[in-house]
Amino acid sequence: MDELMLDGNAVAGLLQEVFAVEMTTAVGTCGGCGAPGPVGAVYVYRGAGIVLRCPHCGNTLAKIVKSASRVWIDLTGIRTLQVTV
Amino acid sequence: MAGTAVPGRLTWEPAELVEVIVETPHVKTIVLDVPSWPGHRAGQHVDVRLTAADGYQAERSYSIASALDGTRVALTVQRLEDGEVSPYLTDELRQGEKIELRGPIGGYFVWEPSDGGPLMLVAGGSGVVPLMAMIRTRAAAGDDTETRLLYSSRSQDDVIYRDELEQLSGNGLRVVHTLTDSQPPGRTGYARRVDAEMLAEVGPRPAERPHFYACGPTPFVEAVAEALVRLGHEPRAIKTERFGPTGR
Repeated sequence: MDELMLDGNAVAGLLQEVFAVEMTTAVGTCGGCGAPGPVGAVYVYRGAGIVLRCPHCGNTLAKIVKSASRVWIDLTGIRTLQVTV
Repeated sequence: MAGTAVPGRLTWEPAELVEVIVETPHVKTIVLDVPSWPGHRAGQHVDVRLTAADGYQAERSYSIASALDGTRVALTVQRLEDGEVSPYLTDELRQGEKIELRGPIGGYFVWEPSDGGPLMLVAGGSGVVPLMAMIRTRAAAGDDTETRLLYSSRSQDDVIYRDELEQLSGNGLRVVHTLTDSQPPGRTGYARRVDAEMLAEVGPRPAERPHFYACGPTPFVEAVAEALVRLGHEPRAIKTERFGPTGR
């Protein structure tokens, strides 16, 4: 286990800044193992950027890099995202 | 326009320090007045932003400790010795001074009385903060949802909200402490890290279909979640919030 690992709650503010809706209750389906789950429960690793990983299989769900003026998001590892609107 | 935030869109808002409460030698609660506060649910957090004279900015997340109370928002902050933000919040900020804050944030690690129970809260150190918001919300609503708090601290002096937890006990709330590092003379309670045996003794049985909220440092939360699954609890009923190794 990585002691520096956090979870989706830790990036709730950043995600809401980008998507303009509360995202920790959004349900994502992993592009690797197909397991669905709330964004609040994914594993989060923070370094130069932010990496979101599937808590079931470890697949990289998303990568996020933020600068002062823009946010770059790679969502390759997420098959679907259900958002309550 | 000021004061007309679009729902869902987060904006930085001024928050004025109203009161500081010393909780333990390393932990203080700062009570803020946020005129634009739209209300919050127990378990949500805020992002705090500090800006230095040279424009350098630092952001941190802090769990909300208080139940809904108009424009007042209480944050309980653990002072991290090498921290960039927490020493300022706990030691430098003076009454009447302002910081910037945005929130409330989050919806996953949230409990409302209508969610029901039985409720099993498991706290490691300052991980008790969002769980205290749940306990306070429950009390403020006059709700009697069966609730148990298993709270792990290093020592008696490190127990945050100790007196208030004692006062709120009863009416369906049971608080059990474990002290991992040192014990007051004569104490007979749990004196080890939270483990499966302790969770089985203190917590509801799987057949009661409890809702779990576990919050604390990452290794603590991992150990609790693994033990609960091993005891036969439904993984989806176990909500977790990890602070990382040193708190936030």
